[in-house]
Amino acid sequence: MRIAPTRSRKAFCAFNYVLLAAVAFCCLAPMLHVLCCSISDPLSLTRNKSLHLIPLFPLTFSGYRSILQVENIFIGYRNTLFYVGMSVLINLALTVVAGYVLSRKRFMPRSVLMLFISFTMLFNGGLIPNYMLVMNLGLLDSMWSIVLTSAFSPFNLIIMRTSMMQIPAELEESAQLDGANDLRILLSIIIPVSKATIAVVALFVAVASWNSWFTASIFLMDRTKWPLQLFLREILVASNQRSIETGLNISVLAEQNLIKYCTIVVATLPILCVYPFVQRYFVKGVMIGSVKG
Amino acid sequence: MKIRALIQNYRSNRLLYWMVLPVVVYLLIFNYVPMGGLVMSFQNYTYAKGILHSDWVGLKNFRDFFQGLFFIRTLRNTLVLSGLDLLFNFPSAILFALLLNEVNNLKFKKVIQTVSYMPHFISMIVVAGLILEFTNSTGVFSSIAQALGGQAKSYITFPQYFRTIFTVSSVWQSIGFDSIIYLAALSGVNDELYEAACIDGAGRLKQTIHVTLPGIMPTIIMMLILRCGAIMNVNFEKVLLLYSPSTYETADVISTYVYRTGIVKQKISFSTAVGMFNSVVSFILVLSANALSKRYSEISLF
Repeated sequence: MRIAPTRSRKAFCAFNYVLLAAVAFCCLAPMLHVLCCSISDPLSLTRNKSLHLIPLFPLTFSGYRSILQVENIFIGYRNTLFYVGMSVLINLALTVVAGYVLSRKRFMPRSVLMLFISFTMLFNGGLIPNYMLVMNLGLLDSMWSIVLTSAFSPFNLIIMRTSMMQIPAELEESAQLDGANDLRILLSIIIPVSKATIAVVALFVAVASWNSWFTASIFLMDRTKWPLQLFLREILVASNQRSIETGLNISVLAEQNLIKYCTIVVATLPILCVYPFVQRYFVKGVMIGSVKG
Repeated sequence: MKIRALIQNYRSNRLLYWMVLPVVVYLLIFNYVPMGGLVMSFQNYTYAKGILHSDWVGLKNFRDFFQGLFFIRTLRNTLVLSGLDLLFNFPSAILFALLLNEVNNLKFKKVIQTVSYMPHFISMIVVAGLILEFTNSTGVFSSIAQALGGQAKSYITFPQYFRTIFTVSSVWQSIGFDSIIYLAALSGVNDELYEAACIDGAGRLKQTIHVTLPGIMPTIIMMLILRCGAIMNVNFEKVLLLYSPSTYETADVISTYVYRTGIVKQKISFSTAVGMFNSVVSFILVLSANALSKRYSEISLF
């Protein structure tokens, strides 16, 4: 049924488009500003302090050149890749296997175990007991402290289990008749049909681990083990407090700011380039997760 | 009888039990052992004596916290920052989804969605960096203030601006991504209901109030329960990155206080007690939010 739009409806639609475009602009503007500043002439920037949506001439890439000489960025990238890779592998292994078991109706203690797992989402020991645990395990200042403390997430398990419960039982039954054991069923039947959900979980873990910094900041003293985010914090957050205190001269400050902009771009670009293509997986994950939260 | 059935079940599904073992062991070590570590809050824990031999002090640590200078301040800041989140962040995502739902041009809708999800993927450190860049005395907001006759200042160092900066930036971070779940719910609302409303002469606004909102109400309530349960868990990492001694008055929350006393000053037992207070209140909040909702709307998480 179609009804010709009234005048007020038309006015609302126009208003709505403008408003939504404004929201989208606000979401985009800060990153665009940083991108433009990172290739603008640093001294012109100190004179003109507005929001920049086009770079100020003369363009310069000196900021990016200076970053290439900062060894820390490379160390950070290398470590972050290690943390992301290990986290994804371990999380997937634990989540897929546990999701399989807990989605089998013939596994009797499944509801007790779900309670055991979900309870950790509702209550936890808190920061200090967790810190003491890592210390007592002798993992302080070890790269494994980061990987092990984030090796499993109940939320991801719920997503995996929910999606595996929807696989028709006939698939499994026919394999059982052929004498396949659970490992075989998981590997040759369940995993191939759950590829999309596995991708969802892998992406959730990867983004969380790429962005994570707090655990690293309390467990790692050795800078050669730091993830990228900790070096970023040093450049973006800590330096800000310092430059307020000491009135550095303007060209040094300008140069410092330029490096900040370039660092943000270098550290964020990989994720921003990838997310438009994988966002549908995130949407899917949010939706499966919401079926039974 | 039950145990016999369990043994029977184990015999015929042996492999399943072994497959789930790693997760059980992992959670025992990394989640349940720290819960046991909460006993430190009733002790005067020292590294030398360890958890088994440290002296018991009963509720002293809790008393110290409740009677101390920072109890009211940290509790108030926690509640205020969460309250602002609930007041602005929560409805803004719903409103955003409702407005997006009115858009007929699919391409436009897709672009807006993709762009508005972006802030969600930017790391907290970079977000903090952006906030500092925009709010410092040479930042965009200062130059706007100057243009309007105000003066340039480093807003983030003033306690009276902290809450605004924190809340507005949170809306920026989450409005797009949080709307996903409501958009999904909106697409599930039955079209026939709209047609019926149309025949009854309901305009678009009336349709929204009488058809759309009731249609997505279960989702809204579910998300509200989750939010209420998370009231004590303010975005702690963000506060930690943005606050400074000059803004503690409005910025210091319970979890940052735990961090400072525990990790920085190494007052292990005291900070464990403060953290435990936070966890227990949180736990009670989730259970009550869930019970309330079960009673009045028959929607519950568990």
